[in-house]
Amino acid sequence: MSHVLRIENLRVSVDGKPILRGVNLEMKHGETHALMGPNGSGKSTLGLVIAGHPGYEVTDGSIFLDDEDVLEMEADGRARAGIFMAFQRPASVPGVKMADFLRHATTNVRRPDRKEGEELIPMREFRQELKAKMEQLKMDPEFARRYVNDGFSGGEMKRAEILQLAMLQPKFAILDETDSGLDADAVRLASASIAEIGREKMGLLIITHHDKLLEHNPPQFTHVMLGGRIVETGGPELAHELYSQGYDRIRAAYPEADRANQEMLSDEAAEFALG
Amino acid sequence: MATETAIENNAAIGEINKYDFRTESKAFFKARKGIDAEIVAQISEMKGEPDWMRDFRLKSLDVFFSKPMPKWGGGIDLDFQDIYYYLKPSEGKGKTWDDVPQEIKDTFDKLGIPEAERKFLAGVKAQFESEVVYGSLKEDLAAKGVIFLDTDSAVREHPELVREYFGKIIPPHDNKFAALNSAVWSGGSFIYIPPGVKIEFPLQAYFRINAENMGQFERTLIIVDEGAEVHYVEGCTAPMYSSESLHSAVVEVVCKRGSRCRYTTIQNWANNIYNLVTKRAMAYADATMEWVDGNLGSKLTMKYPAVYMMEPGARGEILSIAFSSHGQHQDAGAKLVHAAPNTTGQIISKSISKNGGRSSYRGLVRVEKGAKNSKCNVVCDALILDPHSRSDTYPYIEIMEQDVSVGHEASVSRIGEEQLFYLMSRGLSEAEASTMIVNGFIEPLVKELPMEYAVEMNRLIQLQMEGSVG
Repeated sequence: MSHVLRIENLRVSVDGKPILRGVNLEMKHGETHALMGPNGSGKSTLGLVIAGHPGYEVTDGSIFLDDEDVLEMEADGRARAGIFMAFQRPASVPGVKMADFLRHATTNVRRPDRKEGEELIPMREFRQELKAKMEQLKMDPEFARRYVNDGFSGGEMKRAEILQLAMLQPKFAILDETDSGLDADAVRLASASIAEIGREKMGLLIITHHDKLLEHNPPQFTHVMLGGRIVETGGPELAHELYSQGYDRIRAAYPEADRANQEMLSDEAAEFALG
Repeated sequence: MATETAIENNAAIGEINKYDFRTESKAFFKARKGIDAEIVAQISEMKGEPDWMRDFRLKSLDVFFSKPMPKWGGGIDLDFQDIYYYLKPSEGKGKTWDDVPQEIKDTFDKLGIPEAERKFLAGVKAQFESEVVYGSLKEDLAAKGVIFLDTDSAVREHPELVREYFGKIIPPHDNKFAALNSAVWSGGSFIYIPPGVKIEFPLQAYFRINAENMGQFERTLIIVDEGAEVHYVEGCTAPMYSSESLHSAVVEVVCKRGSRCRYTTIQNWANNIYNLVTKRAMAYADATMEWVDGNLGSKLTMKYPAVYMMEPGARGEILSIAFSSHGQHQDAGAKLVHAAPNTTGQIISKSISKNGGRSSYRGLVRVEKGAKNSKCNVVCDALILDPHSRSDTYPYIEIMEQDVSVGHEASVSRIGEEQLFYLMSRGLSEAEASTMIVNGFIEPLVKELPMEYAVEMNRLIQLQMEGSVG
């Protein structure tokens, strides 16, 4: 079972402004890739576009999972095809219990052809599995009865995302700064959990600024994004270089991408000021 | 279509029987269309009512004619002379299951409602099994001195008790539709709970068998005597249809000292119905009255369950859910009147508008002079599912006393793109995701419903949401 996620010349705009300017990336099932880059370089956007966020306009390029055209699918179709993203700031859904949400999600992902209204995974079976996974992640069983991300701390949100990763077992997972806002112990637990759940069992694309999340997940490939492009790809040593020395070398080597990056950041700042 | 045919037939029989309605023939009695003193007197005579009730009806009719249509709420486009006000199905000759429209049957199927209950809900007055099932329950209630009857029977069997309270909580001159109901009422429930008697399980309308209770102008009166407790559940999430376009009920509740009453209604009317209902409770010292009121369907619903807190320590709580879709206007809300010190009130209203529907919250909080140390809290949340739909809030607050605490919070939200995307990114279809968000929104109310109603409510929301997205 060797699945491939292939992104070619992906160009994406928001409100007519280009954010991704020709991204190329190929991941095989079982591989771990680190995606790094300064703020505003387009890392999260790439993840959201792969996951099918409707707020982005793909102007060129393609995403294929094996021979399936991912861009043709809605977000739910992509999830059923085996794509998962752990979000930096997942939405909260008050009144909906984690367990109910997860039972629906797990059923749909395991039975991609399920029609609305058809049976869900039997409650007993689902509960047992959820309980086991939560124990594995050292989560309080009470968590399953809480409303989805409603009033969760930063750390709880990240663990909830990892729990979903564990339940849904995607072919490819994008983890968007799953370490941000966590203290050192929590990052270590997250890193170990991700390794246990996903390492070599799925294709992992880990977006991070730090080395801790990669501690248990040494990447075979490190990609550097700048100005909406992957400007350099290397091995684990590249990740090490970036988190110890920063992006000065990269910026100097790719002045055009650096300019684009600065522009996108100032657009972001302007938007933030207006908002 | 089947219904219409049935109605045509009934109308024909009604014509034949117009002159011999006293004979109680096996066929239908149907008063002619329209409303006037003759028809009201006919209704009273048909029912063999005492003079006081006939006089009450006739006086109410005058009030009805003298009152203008309400200028607030929604537009009411009704020709009062083009409505049948009284239809008496005689035993075993009512609507049959075959007359019930297929779409209603389909919905019953989807809701998984038991056969017996379906027939009841569809207004089929056939023999049904609940007679056997609930027979022992009735005996148990009777042994405790509980009276649970249709209101027509109560007028015959307990005239003093009925007369003491009937029309006292909601007098005919309260509003035009209360006056109309007072003139032409038929059916509804009468409940009396003796002092100190606590009913552990919810009393439901369908326990009450062989009764006229699906009327358009039902009249319900509940008296909870001192220290007694009851939970009454009316209606159901199954769609109710009516041959006429007007449903106008009156519900009066008396909660005596230290008693407790919860009245739960979930109604889902067909889209052609004006549902104009007056509900009011008087709560005396340390008594608690709770209204749980869910409104779906109908063309226009105007309903504002009220609690008048008459003596110190009384509590009033109103939970209201409104769901409006295409061509529907839910003008729903609540009224709390603090007429005594140390009274506590709460209103929680949740409304959902989709597919061009309009939901309004209209609420009144009044704290009268001298109602010191009263507390009241109002929370209304509206969820709008698409740009064509609408939500309004009309809070009226009248405070005549200084030493009180009154809070009001309102929020309006749209189903967020981010929420939808989040759920979809986990494999839920857009429709499933929207349904889940809506169910989550009303969860704080649904968990207050008896279990089987909560389940039905969730299924119903799912049905309402089907095909609404895309």
